[in-house]
Amino acid sequence: MSQTDTLPRQDDLPPSFTSQDLVTDQDVRWCPGCGDYSILKQVQKVLPEFGLKKEEIVFVSGIGCSSRFPYYMNTYGMHSIHGRAAAIATGLKITRPELSVWVISGDGDSLSIGGNHTIHLLRKNPDLNLLIFNNQIYGLTKGQFSPTSPQGKVTKSSPMGSVEHPFNPLALALGADASFIARSIDRDPAHLQAMIRRSHAHKGTSLLEVYQNCNVFNDGAFFTFTDRATKSDSVVVLEHGQPLLFGAERRKGIRMDGGGTPKIVDLDADGYAESDLWIHDEKDLFKASLLARFFDNPTEPGALPRPIGVFYAVERPCLEAMVHRQLTYAREKFGEGNLDKLIEGDSTWVIR
Amino acid sequence: MSNIQTKTNVVIRFAGDSGDGIQLTGSQFTTAAALSGNDLATFPDFPAEIRAPAGTLAGVSGFQLHFGSTEIYSPGDLCDVLVVMNAAALKANLKQLKPGGIIIANLDGFDEKNLRLAKYAEGENPLNDKRLEDYLLHSMPITKLTRTALKDLGLSPREMDRSKNMFVLGFLYYMYNRPLEATIEDLQKKFAKKPGIAEANVRVLKAGYSFADTTEIQHGRFEVKAATMKPGTYRSIMGNQATAYGLVAASVKSKLPLFFATYPITPASEILHELSRYKNFGVITSQAEDEIAAVTSAIGASFGGSLGVTASAGPGIALKTEAIALAVMYELPLVICNVQRAGPSTGMPTKMEQGDLLQAIYGRNGEAPVAVVAASTPTDCFEVVFEACRLAVEFMTPVFFLSDGYLANGAEPWRFPKEADLGEINVRFATPDDKQNGTFLPYARDERLVRKWAVPGTPGLEHRIGGLEKEDLTGNISSDPDNHEKMVRLRQQKIDNIAKSVPAQSLDSGPESGDLLVLSWGSTYGVIKTALKQLRSEGVDVAHAHMRYLNPFPANIEELLRRYREVVVPENNAGQLVRLIRDKFLIPAIPHNKIKGQPFTVGEIKNKVWEILKES
Ligand code: SF4
Repeated sequence: MSQTDTLPRQDDLPPSFTSQDLVTDQDVRWCPGCGDYSILKQVQKVLPEFGLKKEEIVFVSGIGCSSRFPYYMNTYGMHSIHGRAAAIATGLKITRPELSVWVISGDGDSLSIGGNHTIHLLRKNPDLNLLIFNNQIYGLTKGQFSPTSPQGKVTKSSPMGSVEHPFNPLALALGADASFIARSIDRDPAHLQAMIRRSHAHKGTSLLEVYQNCNVFNDGAFFTFTDRATKSDSVVVLEHGQPLLFGAERRKGIRMDGGGTPKIVDLDADGYAESDLWIHDEKDLFKASLLARFFDNPTEPGALPRPIGVFYAVERPCLEAMVHRQLTYAREKFGEGNLDKLIEGDSTWVIR
Repeated sequence: MSNIQTKTNVVIRFAGDSGDGIQLTGSQFTTAAALSGNDLATFPDFPAEIRAPAGTLAGVSGFQLHFGSTEIYSPGDLCDVLVVMNAAALKANLKQLKPGGIIIANLDGFDEKNLRLAKYAEGENPLNDKRLEDYLLHSMPITKLTRTALKDLGLSPREMDRSKNMFVLGFLYYMYNRPLEATIEDLQKKFAKKPGIAEANVRVLKAGYSFADTTEIQHGRFEVKAATMKPGTYRSIMGNQATAYGLVAASVKSKLPLFFATYPITPASEILHELSRYKNFGVITSQAEDEIAAVTSAIGASFGGSLGVTASAGPGIALKTEAIALAVMYELPLVICNVQRAGPSTGMPTKMEQGDLLQAIYGRNGEAPVAVVAASTPTDCFEVVFEACRLAVEFMTPVFFLSDGYLANGAEPWRFPKEADLGEINVRFATPDDKQNGTFLPYARDERLVRKWAVPGTPGLEHRIGGLEKEDLTGNISSDPDNHEKMVRLRQQKIDNIAKSVPAQSLDSGPESGDLLVLSWGSTYGVIKTALKQLRSEGVDVAHAHMRYLNPFPANIEELLRRYREVVVPENNAGQLVRLIRDKFLIPAIPHNKIKGQPFTVGEIKNKVWEILKES
């Protein structure tokens, strides 16, 4: 047994700090009732479980309501400029792989002005956590449509309705070869906590999209998914190895028909067993791609339920690990760098 | 071996298609000159298009070498020898040749097709033209002679033609009485894995040498004796390479890991290529998805305690400006290398210009002062980028390092320093002891107004930084009016304080006071120095000061300028330093500008000096 095997696992260590230790002395400035409060609370709640030291944690954000987040976390933090948090965090993580790095962003920050960094972050796959608070609106600038606002959305900058087709963030992420994508909702604290835990546990970039209610400029954008009356019929909770079941009595399910098209079935009326249903498999890219496309307008009749949970999670090498492997290899092969030798080069002459 | 004339200095210009190996021939001859103890300076003149059609004017690539037995400060204006591999090369470069100069022409590059591509009139061949009578012409069928030399090696015509530059080199070695051995050794080392290619190159090199020997060029053999240079060990180096070495040196001396992030751009990319090979120094290079990611990831690395550096040219720097202002607000070290090229917008990417000085000093929103330093020669890039790193780390600030396309690709001999000779870079990390009464104040300052660097992982110093205006000391968000003005002034004063940590501005040459001071910065140094030296030998003693520190200015600069009746500022832009001088000191400095994507010639500087002296 090597020494590391005998050490307790990090996650088993007693927490070195409490949720309360994570609260800063700054007044939280989000509008009362904003969904961001819940996300902050859930993050503060689960973070102590991870066996990290407080000083090893860094929150990096861009600009927007969500991006105020680091100011409220008593860890190291960088509030930066619009759209660039992913790139800043990448530079930090490559150079300090031992840190636990969290990127907090919004739909405008990470999918509009910072879209390029987001897709490249997912492609490069450094081991950090990206939380996108998707409220389908620009909040901080007081209510313009965002790249995730549905077409037809009436806002200050689209009085006749937005004519733009919205992004489907998770489908986009899969297109960029993300190694982990998940979705949760601000108003489902238990689920959100579980997803934060999964994000942290994933080695590689984990993208967690959080549906977040902006009660000032886009109130109710996700109510169908959170209201007691509609939620059970419009949300399907993904669990690895489990059938896709939903509905108040969990008697509705998703079944893949012969043509590879997902269909809603009623277990009782249609006579299907649970084993006939789509079994969720986080490692299956094909299934994850279809699930990401469950993007129907929930108020339309026959709409597929919106999935929450981990859609896709596979391990592939992390950027910083590969970078440091090359450094180690270069040192083994060429020896530790010698500045005098480098400067001298291999062709010199002497003047006497 | 009789009849060898001695020359103090010679300028050779190589010109041909990009595919003719012009840059390689140039650098091989440069190495030979350096090994013979000549002082030298080179300037490659790349075509604007990477792969312009062969034989066209747009595809002409040039390389100019100035070597001599005296000190050489610039690649020279007009050349003594012009080597042309085809008709287009002659057409594009003839005006650069001195009257009575020597032309070495590849006859095979003057066939009907080449003449047509070079846009000569039907039936016109410049080699038969009267106008060439003023020059000494050596024309020879280089392509044919090369193929003949290689005919039994079983190479394809294409492969054979790749060696034809060696023929020129051999010819020149004979002409300038240079030994072949070092180059042969070099070729064998370079093509160790491809002995066939090595053999071909060596053979053609010797063929060129013997051809010169057996044909009648006895009346045109020259010798350039070794220069009396400062004793020491030398190597040849180009500006971008020296920049890369300077960054590694700063990393070693500061004991900070170097993180270098860029997006490929002409003419800065070689810095990335160089640094990506130094992983055994712990250097991490990142080819980012765009210019903004390059600078912001460097800022992220800097927050983590690395030496964060990014590099680009004007268009890329423009994209980075918002992030640079963020680093100003954060008060984190960041080095931004701008290898300037002709702008605006995409401009002329392969041509030099000094157009980005004001961009470096002022090009950000709000009051966002940064330090700015500029290199004057290819070797100076090493020292100046090292200094940029020192200032960034010691003053917790972004620092611009300005180079340009002329320095980046120009080469000169370098009496290189040893690690032990380099100055110190003092890093001041915050420690848990920096807490006062149990709290840590991330924006507490020392007497120079510099804050400490508190990096993640240090227990008890958890803090947040941001681009929003911060409260003095605590760094918390603040929009208090008085606090904002205070912070703006503090950040400015911190940059101003740098002037106390840098040497006073000295004179490069000339009288301590008098009629005229030539004030310059950046890559104009060599040409101005040469011009003023010539003027001095002609009886005109004019003073010269060359600035490395452009923001803040050295403390004594105003006092120095006021010692002269006139100050002239030659710049390869429309007048940027001159504007700063006029603005800061109300001194009516005279602009002297050239905006052609080409450096000044010695003559252009001398004429301006004459003109000013005559008028005053
Ligand atoms: S504007 Fe909307 S998103 Fe922003 S804080 Fe207020 S409620 Fe929250």
